[in-house]
Amino acid sequence: MLKDKIILTGGIIVDPVKKKLTESDIYIEQGIIKKIGKNFKASGTQILDIKGNYIAPGFIDLHTHLRQPGREDEETIATGAYAALAGGFTKVCCMPNTEPAIDNEGVVKFILQEQALAGYAQVLPVGAATKGRAGAEISEIGQLVAAGIVAISDDGDPISDPRVMRQVLEYAKIFDLPVISHCEIKALSANGVMNEGIISTRLGLRGIPDIAEAAMVYEHILLADYTKSRLHIAHISTKKSVEIIRWAKEKGISITAETCPHYFSLTEEMCETFDSNYKVNPPLRTKMDAEAIKEALADGTIDVIATDHAPHLASEKEVEFDLAPFGMIGLETAFAIGYEELVLKKYLNLIDYIAKLTCEPAKVLKLDLPTIAEGKTANLVIFDPKAKWVYQKEIIKSKSQNSPFIGRELKGKISKVIIGNHLFEF
Amino acid sequence: MKFSHKNLLGIAELSQSDILTILNLTNNFRQVLDRPIPIVPALRGKTIVNLFFEPSTRTATSFAIAAKRLSADIVNFAIKSSSVIKGETLLDTAKNIEAMKVDGVVIRSSYPGAAHFLAKHLKAFVVNAGDGAHEHPTQALSDIYTISQRIKKFPDLKVLIVGDITHSRVARSDILAFSKLGAKVAICGPPTLIPIGIEKTGCEIFYKLDHILSEVDVVVALRLQRERQQVGLFPSIREYRALYGLTKERLLKLRRPLIIMHPGPINWGVELDPAVATTPHSVVLEQVKNGVAVRMAVLYALAGGETDAKG
Repeated sequence: MLKDKIILTGGIIVDPVKKKLTESDIYIEQGIIKKIGKNFKASGTQILDIKGNYIAPGFIDLHTHLRQPGREDEETIATGAYAALAGGFTKVCCMPNTEPAIDNEGVVKFILQEQALAGYAQVLPVGAATKGRAGAEISEIGQLVAAGIVAISDDGDPISDPRVMRQVLEYAKIFDLPVISHCEIKALSANGVMNEGIISTRLGLRGIPDIAEAAMVYEHILLADYTKSRLHIAHISTKKSVEIIRWAKEKGISITAETCPHYFSLTEEMCETFDSNYKVNPPLRTKMDAEAIKEALADGTIDVIATDHAPHLASEKEVEFDLAPFGMIGLETAFAIGYEELVLKKYLNLIDYIAKLTCEPAKVLKLDLPTIAEGKTANLVIFDPKAKWVYQKEIIKSKSQNSPFIGRELKGKISKVIIGNHLFEF
Repeated sequence: MKFSHKNLLGIAELSQSDILTILNLTNNFRQVLDRPIPIVPALRGKTIVNLFFEPSTRTATSFAIAAKRLSADIVNFAIKSSSVIKGETLLDTAKNIEAMKVDGVVIRSSYPGAAHFLAKHLKAFVVNAGDGAHEHPTQALSDIYTISQRIKKFPDLKVLIVGDITHSRVARSDILAFSKLGAKVAICGPPTLIPIGIEKTGCEIFYKLDHILSEVDVVVALRLQRERQQVGLFPSIREYRALYGLTKERLLKLRRPLIIMHPGPINWGVELDPAVATTPHSVVLEQVKNGVAVRMAVLYALAGGETDAKG
């Protein structure tokens, strides 16, 4: 809890909406930003000196797996929402692959209740597009919307029947809801466990070809254009998908797309040790793909950086590569990985990078654009761009520890998050 | 001198000189096998576990005999009666083996990297006896040893591997082993059974058998699993045999004799004609015999034996 009146001094405000960096102090009273400027009178206020830090609107993650209900041993809404804050995310969209799936109002209400009780990041549920995420019948989307979902998706089980996908896209128009699509032609990925190519061939591991993703990206873009619906393409991992999305955007087709930090910072070679922390779906691709993803982020082809935070127990991951589940946690490392790979390596300037974590995901969900302005409730992330830190098991906030970034020195650290009159320090 | 590796996980990790060291040792042990009492005390007091998660008679037996010929104790870990059926993970199994203080583990698994996984968690040495479609290093060492008995110079040698390359660990290990010794390796099979990018591991790809068969010295026929037909990888056994079978007619057309190898077990009449296997050019049974000597050499080297000792 913060005092009723606080002043943040010495920070630089990153405004991704107005595209401005401003050295300003912020005066917050009872959780509301009252004044932005300099040299406030400071009687009876708490002063937080954040010299050398940047202040940005809280980040929004479009793609998180919180596991509750069903797999509370891996993550809970509370642990996941706290891990989110540690990574600078004040809003996270949770995917419907829970047990039971988010395909009825009961589960939506339960999630909203749990996240309110936890009081960390706000959790925005994504409803299942089809009943039981089975890809056959449209779920009761109207009921789900009434309960509070912000998007629909069948998550890791893509809707492979194009007729069903068309129906979902059309039906979602009633509620002006985005449809999030995990693009993967399962018949082509054929039980693969890593990217198909020279490395999978050498290792004797079954491969998932890039075309398994790209061909469905193309199909779903055509369906979205035909039905004039809102399509958001999840976790793009391949150069071919990037090229298709770029083509679609050039044609004026209205779609959005996201990628995740691991697709521009890690590559398939990392599977050579058979370490299942590198097993993720879509799989880590080639250097060429990672480069294409970074360029796509730079030119706006890819709008959003999401985490695809996917917690798994160590006992599930410490097995043969074939047997391990897909996925890695990512909430706590996403910002630093992106900061190093995109900002420090000059693919994006700081403002445009922050936009990929704030206003771009807000646009996908049609939320108010996250800006830092007088009169607004404080929803701020404060980060130190110069801080170097090592992501270690001991500091992980998520309930699971399946991260390939453990032991890696990271650049740029979330130091504080302020939501209303709550201060979280990391 | 001691062997420079703690484990034998794949041919990929071996240098040419590592391979030659093993071949040299194999030669010594091959002579032991021809003695009236084919046993040496080299590994007396050592305990080795045979951990076979896949049914295998010949490889498991070959390792067991190799260990016994070296006077080591070898224990077969019977999977069917073990806790693996009850859901125990490989890590649990590894920890239990560690607790029983064994010196070495020989592992066969359907999962690529299983041997690497075990090696990461064990102080005991690990021998990969086949991990999924990844590697089968002792088979490849036995294959090159068998060839070295017949042909002295590997750089002049042309080897052809025919069949289902995608699902074959023998193919991957053979390609690496033969090419590390300087031989030229070609592979042949339907494109549906040739994995993407395999040419970058050191081989040339051919789809038509007769074109390349006349140019090689050695042909390795791979076992074709009939289940592959059900998933559409080839249309019928009949057509496969017509295109890729090592038939007597096909071999009779060649101007020079070929050495014919097969890692076994053979699908008679599919990849190999029974008539071909009994010709003097077939070295299939020699491969099996040499397999014991190779496995003796590997166990001996990994258990810390002197690799420059004379037999």
